[in-house]
Amino acid sequence: MLTKRIIPCLDIKDGRTVKGVNFVGLRDAGDPVELADRYSKEGADELVFLDITATKERRKTLIEMVEKVARRVNIPFTVGGGISSIEDVNILLRAGADKVSINSSAVKDPQLINDLANKFGSQCVVLAVDAKLIGDEWKVFLVGGRVETELNLFDWVKEGVKRGAGEILFTSMNNDGTKDGFANDALRRLSEEVNVPIIASGGAGTIQHFTDTFIEGKSDAALAASVFHFKEIEIVDLKNELAAQGIKMRL
Amino acid sequence: MSKIVIIDYGAGNVRSVQFAVERLGYKAICSNDAEVIKSADKVIFPGVGEASSAMEELRKQGLDLVIPMLMQPVLGICLGMQLMCRFSEENHTDCLNIFPIDVVKFNEKLKVPQIGWNVINNLKDELFKGIAENSYVYYVHSYYIPENEYAIALTDYGVQYAGAIKKDNFYACQFHPEKSSDIGEQIVKNFIAL
Repeated sequence: MLTKRIIPCLDIKDGRTVKGVNFVGLRDAGDPVELADRYSKEGADELVFLDITATKERRKTLIEMVEKVARRVNIPFTVGGGISSIEDVNILLRAGADKVSINSSAVKDPQLINDLANKFGSQCVVLAVDAKLIGDEWKVFLVGGRVETELNLFDWVKEGVKRGAGEILFTSMNNDGTKDGFANDALRRLSEEVNVPIIASGGAGTIQHFTDTFIEGKSDAALAASVFHFKEIEIVDLKNELAAQGIKMRL
Repeated sequence: MSKIVIIDYGAGNVRSVQFAVERLGYKAICSNDAEVIKSADKVIFPGVGEASSAMEELRKQGLDLVIPMLMQPVLGICLGMQLMCRFSEENHTDCLNIFPIDVVKFNEKLKVPQIGWNVINNLKDELFKGIAENSYVYYVHSYYIPENEYAIALTDYGVQYAGAIKKDNFYACQFHPEKSSDIGEQIVKNFIAL
């Protein structure tokens, strides 16, 4: 049986991990390659690298990082941030990335999803969506949550899947940073409305939150950053505990 | 030292496979040159993407005639495995026909694509030497090869299907050994040792 997946997320700027990591025993906590290697050894099922580098020239640093990660790490990883063309994706996949995630650029030009799925296959196209519950409607936001759109989360995700997205990475802005748990109602509805894997993001604070998102939220994978970076939750403990609760895990 | 060639026809995750081989301490050449491929001790045929465009690339580069004639051990991975079959439902594509079996799509009972870690069992053959039954490997695919007489590993995703197949010198696995942690590395190592 297919397992649920635990996915640490690393924010990358100019080829370095940002947003703070608090790892003891790493020679250099800012080095994404070393952190990725450590997470993979601790049992992470996949990794996500989110590049927040603003300038085009610095993207070269990202490509070099992707290649170094691919050389060293023997589990799959996704790269996202600033991807807006077939050429961008081609370079990242050739450097060794397994999947790419697209977000704002797909909203601006939905045809990009079709183009990438046709060229590289749906399995490597992750549609990342940031959304916020306003009143009783989940609204899609862009540019790291700074720009509101008219799009409804569920409509947009359905359209994205129809166009060829092979996986959805949904971040709830209401939950992100709260450590109060994932947005399980919206996640469950996504799982019921589209037939591709859903990655839950935003809100992880305790092991119970992961249990809840896999059971109540029907999520296929759960992504988190700070609880792993700051060692509030050890991946080994998390996976053991989830398995003990009857959730299928790769141990 | 064994000469390992990874077929690079522009539709694969060649670097990931190359890095995996290098982590084991071997060297691998990525090439689409028929002579280089034929002279290899071991050939790896990776693939990520869509069947019809990948077949088109193989035909354009004349590799559709080279691959079925290879005599040394060949390992197809993921789409590479599917392309070694007779036909794929993915855009109704005629493939290399090394294995006289057809590739079909998962029904929508479960989520498609299957993405993540699943177990392999009913392991046969040297390829899985030292690998325990029900070990986890990484899958990402929407099409699959049903259980058949060439199966050397099975996996269950709503349906029991072939996780790996073998015929003569041709080996193929649906999962990604290059991304399957230590288990995957052992499988690549076993292939190189064949």
